[in-house]
Formats: sequence, C-alpha cells, structure tokens
Amino acid sequence: MEKPPLRNQKGLLIALGAVVGIAGGLAGASSLAQRARMRHPHDDAPGRTARRSRFGGYAVTGKTVTIARPRHELYAFWRDFQNLPKFMENLESVRPTGPDRAVWTIAAPKGRTVDVETSIAEETENEIIAWRSIDGSDIDTEGRVTFREAPGDRGTHVELVVAWKPPGGEVGRMAAKLFRREPHVQARHDLKRFKMLMETGEIATSAHTSEKEG
Amino acid sequence: MRALAWHGTHDVRVDTVPDPEIINPKDAIIKVTSTAICGSDLHLYDGVIPSMKSGDILGHEFMGEVVETGPKSTLEKGQRVVVPFTIACGCCFFCDKEQYSACDNTNPVEKQDMSETLYGKAMCGIFGYSHMTGGYSGGQAEYVRVPFSDVGPIVVPDGMEDDQALFLSDILPTGWMGAENADIEPGDTVAVWGCGPVGLFAAQSALLMGAERVISIDHHPQRLQLAKQIGADIIDFRRTDVREALMEMTGGIGPDAVIDAVGMEAHGFAVDNMMDVAKQKIGIGADRASALKQAILAVRKGGRVSMPGVYGGMTDKFPLGAFMEKGLTLKTGQTHVQRYLQPLMEKIQAGEIDTTWLISHRLPLEEAPRGYDQFKNNQNEWTKVVLKPGS
Repeated sequence: MEKPPLRNQKGLLIALGAVVGIAGGLAGASSLAQRARMRHPHDDAPGRTARRSRFGGYAVTGKTVTIARPRHELYAFWRDFQNLPKFMENLESVRPTGPDRAVWTIAAPKGRTVDVETSIAEETENEIIAWRSIDGSDIDTEGRVTFREAPGDRGTHVELVVAWKPPGGEVGRMAAKLFRREPHVQARHDLKRFKMLMETGEIATSAHTSEKEG
Repeated sequence: MRALAWHGTHDVRVDTVPDPEIINPKDAIIKVTSTAICGSDLHLYDGVIPSMKSGDILGHEFMGEVVETGPKSTLEKGQRVVVPFTIACGCCFFCDKEQYSACDNTNPVEKQDMSETLYGKAMCGIFGYSHMTGGYSGGQAEYVRVPFSDVGPIVVPDGMEDDQALFLSDILPTGWMGAENADIEPGDTVAVWGCGPVGLFAAQSALLMGAERVISIDHHPQRLQLAKQIGADIIDFRRTDVREALMEMTGGIGPDAVIDAVGMEAHGFAVDNMMDVAKQKIGIGADRASALKQAILAVRKGGRVSMPGVYGGMTDKFPLGAFMEKGLTLKTGQTHVQRYLQPLMEKIQAGEIDTTWLISHRLPLEEAPRGYDQFKNNQNEWTKVVLKPGS
C-alpha cells in the first residue's frame, strides 16, 4: 500500500495528525467497513501513537513534555536554533545561514558528522516552529515543535514531532545509525533535557568528577 | 579520598577514589562527618538491586560541612548540613506540590529508561542507590558532590550534635511520613510491622501524633525491647499468632491503622530478579511478603494501610478482595524528605524527638565493611551503625 508522498504546501508534519484518518478512508471502501467505522469513531490521540500507521515512507517519532515555564520563554529559547545542541544529544551544532535557514551538524558513528540544511516551513510566535530540509539535502527530514498552554497553570505542553526519510547509499546507511537509541527514546531524552534546562537552569548529571561519567 | 565502594554481592571495600568536583551551578561539596548504613543498603549488599556497577560509592544517610559551593548554591562554606537522600530540584510540578521524591529533574535522563519501562515513570535521583535512581555517588565517603544543594540540605543549628540530626536524612522523616500516612485519629490503635529503624520511628511518630496505643511486631528481642522503651506494646511473631493477638488486643475490632515497615525490597527491583530471589530464599522471601498481606487482613473495616516499607517489583496473591470489601485506604511512597526537614528539626531542637537511642555502633569509615557484615548478620544487637569518616 505505497501511498504518494504526503508532502504538500502545508508540509508533511502539519498533515501527520490526519494520516491515520486517510488510511481509514482507504480501508472504508466497502460498506461493511464503513459501518464498522461508524461504530468506531477516530480517537483524539496523535496519529503517531496508532498501533499501526504509515506515513508514506517516512519514519516518524514524537513526544510531548510539560514544562513549568511560560510559552513565550520556551518558544524564544527554541527559536534560537543555536541553543538546540545544549539539550539534543546527537546535535553537534546549528549554524544559521540566512534569516530562515540553518545548517544542522549531526553526530554520526565513528566520529563523522552529517550536515542537513533546513528552512523554516511554518512559524507562529509562541505557538509553533516547523522546519524542513531543503531540496537536495542528504537527509529528507521535517520537524515541528508546538507550544500550548497546559491546563491548571502547569506551564506549557511542548510537543516535538520529527519525520525523516533516509536516502540510499553510504550517507543513508550512516543516517540510519544516527539515532544511537530508539528514536522515540532519543526524543524523550532530548525533551527531558530541555525541560531540566528550562525549569532548573541545569541538566542533571551524576558524574562524580568533571572527567568521568557517574 | 577514601570511600566505601560496592564491588559485588557481600563485597564492599574502602577504596581510594578521586575527590568529587563541582559540575553544575547548584552543586556543593560536603565533607562528611557522619554517615549511617541504612537497612536498604543491605539489599545492595545482598546484590538484589539491579543496575549496580562495581565501584559505585554507597550511602544515602549523611551530613557534614560545606567545603565548596557552585555559583548558584545557596549554601556557604563552613555550614554544617544534613542532606536528604532524595534529590529534588525545587522547580518542577512535583516539588511545587511538595512531592519531592517524584521530582522530574534530578534523575539524569539517560538513567531513567529502566524506570520508564518498569514503572511508567522515573522517580527522583537518590544518593548511592544504583543507577536506576541516578547513579549518584553516595555519602559513605570523605566527600560528596551534592547537586541541587539550594533545595535539599538543611543547616544544623550550633550546639546540636551530629547524632541528634543525622537521621533527618532518611529514616526519621520516613518513619514520620509512615505515621502521617496512617491518618491517625484520637483513640486509634496503630499496629506497626517491623522494628527496624523506620518501624521504630514510625511507632514513635504515631504516639506523638496522638495514637492511643501502638503495637509493634518483630522477632528480634533487642529491637522489641527498643519498641517497648519508646512506649509501644509489642508482639513477637515467633511466639504469638499476630492476627489473633491484634484482634483480642483491640476488643475484636482490629487496629484502626496498620503500618508495613518491612517491605519486600529484598526481592529486588526487577520482576524477574524478584521472582528469582523469592524462589531462592523461600523462607525469608515468603515471610517478608506476608507482612503487608497480614496487615491488610488484620486492620479493621474502613481502616488505613500505610506502607513506608519499600517494594520494587510485583507481588503474588495480594488480598485484593479483603482490601476492597473492607473498604481500606492505602498510602505509600518514597519519602518526601524535604517536606519534613524543618518541622522535624524544630521538634528535635525542642526536645520532643530524640533519635540517638537507636544508634548501637559507631565506627570509623575504614571499618565500614565490618559494619555491613554485622548489621546484616547480627541484626538483634546491631540496630544502627554510624560511620565517622576522618576519625
């Protein structure tokens, strides 16, 4: 069931929430299935948490974290992409190359790195930042972070969704190994470090000395 | 510096290791003057807690002098402080609710994976207690790095001896919270399983909170004697049918509240490990698991169950029917030490609480391995061991 690429003017990630719905629509061709669908309304969970889902060949991961800080503060810190390596384990540096463009240097196995140049795909102040690799990048990737008021004065819900489609060849093999952990674990780790940094001003470590890991 | 390091089951040694350093802005370095061996340290000693690494420095009950501070520490060099075993950031949702042991930000991210799998969420970082709770070096050492030193440590007033203040780090607040979780009302009879340090402090706390009568249950004569000394009635479970006795001692009603200060931590954190240990040590394992079950069956209808005893895995044959049908309430959790430090320090200062009677042995740090051996194998006489680094 290879589907056409989902990338459209709005960008893949904007559409991700609807992907499971699309899959459901295809399955709903028979009237029997349609009746079944009526008895089973789509739930309100993010599409990426579906037990079975396809995103047109893209791998997708995402996580949500609640941070006890105001939205504008978190947005401003994230929007300065050069801050991202402070809490993203595999990101060595982000170098701005224009008002909306930046080169991300990602750590790869054996001390190598992979560069990806991105442009801002969508931006709403204090609410959303979405980026996309420019055409011809080694890795075809998109990412989106949203900031929403958490209920009950708990601060902000920060949701990060990343999709990527590694190409073939040597770079592809390298890119496949970029995530040293399960991608969703990596996303969880990165967001937790972001939370620690924003809430406490530091990232917890049990190291005993500055040289040795604890 | 010298430090007590874990090297495997029943293998702890005093090693020479690098001195700790300030790493994060809120860190402080403490020169340890007193540090205790905790009952829960014995489970590390027995090798039943997973995620231990050879060379890990143990100890989560300690106090000492501030010798170095990071730029954002609120401590000052020269201050004497007691350090809570639970590390809390003071900034997150949970710290804001004073649920400090649930702190989101002190267990290093890469150490949280096992808890995420086993429990769904990781708890706070803890000193010297395996990598699952952070992999922090502990206080059975000459020096300790104390992260988030702006939140945890409490300054010891001049004139107060180490022995008076040391147990604020863990067992006194743990016993206190165990009693608080029993929601004691005037006229209540409270039964406490276990006369280890936490059980004894829970009994003492329950009496201070207005319990009419506390009944402590154990089998070590010396420990039962200590319970008697603090004003509890006692039951020796080797000689007496506990449920029958409790029913008769409460006019056929049953205790209003029960406190399980035994736990089944000896079974280990991981499910497989727990099952294996239980199978290997059938006698001990079954006895320990039975304390909570016995407490649930003994407590009166509508009664309260408090569980300061530590559990890590799962349990078979939990009396869920009795629990539901009798309409019981269960409260538990790792101690929110920071919540109790100030009020308990004030009670110590006012002379309302004394904990020094618990200490049976004081040893130099170099003799720590002997302390572990005796605390484990001679539980009757060795009720609490305090180590004195630098002596």
